[in-house]
Amino acid sequence: MELEAAKLIAAALALIPIAGVGVGLGMIFASYNEAVGRNPTALELLEKKFFLTFALTEALAIFALVISLVILFG
Amino acid sequence: MADPIHQFIVEPIYPLSAGGIDLSYTNSSLWMTIAVVTSITLLTVGMRKKAMVPGRMQMASEMIYGFIANMIKENIGTRGMEYFPLVFTVFMIVFVGNMLGMIPWSFTYTSHLIVTASLALLIFLLVLVIGIFRHGTHFFHLFLPPGVPVWLLPLIIPIEIVSFLARPITLSVRLFANMMAGHLVLKVFAGFSVAMIGAFGTAGLFMGLVPAAFNVALIIFEFLIAFLQAYVFTILTCIYLKDTIEIGH
Repeated sequence: MELEAAKLIAAALALIPIAGVGVGLGMIFASYNEAVGRNPTALELLEKKFFLTFALTEALAIFALVISLVILFG
Repeated sequence: MADPIHQFIVEPIYPLSAGGIDLSYTNSSLWMTIAVVTSITLLTVGMRKKAMVPGRMQMASEMIYGFIANMIKENIGTRGMEYFPLVFTVFMIVFVGNMLGMIPWSFTYTSHLIVTASLALLIFLLVLVIGIFRHGTHFFHLFLPPGVPVWLLPLIIPIEIVSFLARPITLSVRLFANMMAGHLVLKVFAGFSVAMIGAFGTAGLFMGLVPAAFNVALIIFEFLIAFLQAYVFTILTCIYLKDTIEIGH
């Protein structure tokens, strides 16, 4: 029973890194919007870089989720 | 509630084994076959007419071709076009796999670590072979970034080697984890709807609409992720190829 409880706590703790990913994604969105707002002609140039960095950052949150799921079901 | 993991189970359709190795034709292989047939049909049937004013299928094939050609030109340069077939194939197998996974009751083969790991290892080994073939021992300058002060080298070289060796792991786990987590979340939210009907009866029918509406938004997001992850996988392949081709400049 204690092992079961420890598993649940560990799975929840493994999700803490998502807070950092949230901050990072917020910074990406903020700087992208600011850059496009200041210079709308740069939209095409920035769009690809934005999606790439967004996907790379978001993947870190998913890594944490996978670790959590492995602890929960593994 | 139905088991959200059930969608990932690999079931043999045509059991087969040779020399103690399991070679069964599974639902995973079936959807890989469908992906290959789909992409070949799209490209051959789409480009058969070669019309000046393209139809729908020709438009789609030309868009994909132009997209990959642009990506290579931007990231590797025009001489990178000799790697076009490799990059195009990698993009198609990942992209079509992700998109076929969005069909209800289908199987997403990119949500299995073994599939993405094989693709990532293929790219990793290919980059290694191309680098050694092109540069010989000069290849190991890859771990020696230019313009680094000498006293930093004992620190930089191990970091570079570890980050090089971690490439196949991050490349495969990123794609696998994104696809698996996305499909898991979809099924979990669909399960909430069912659970609400079970718990509240007739009132639950209306309350179940809330997670269902959320699921619609998630499916749109999941289509974006399906494309984005194929794009990221391909662009990282391009970047790794570029790193290897342009050593020590």
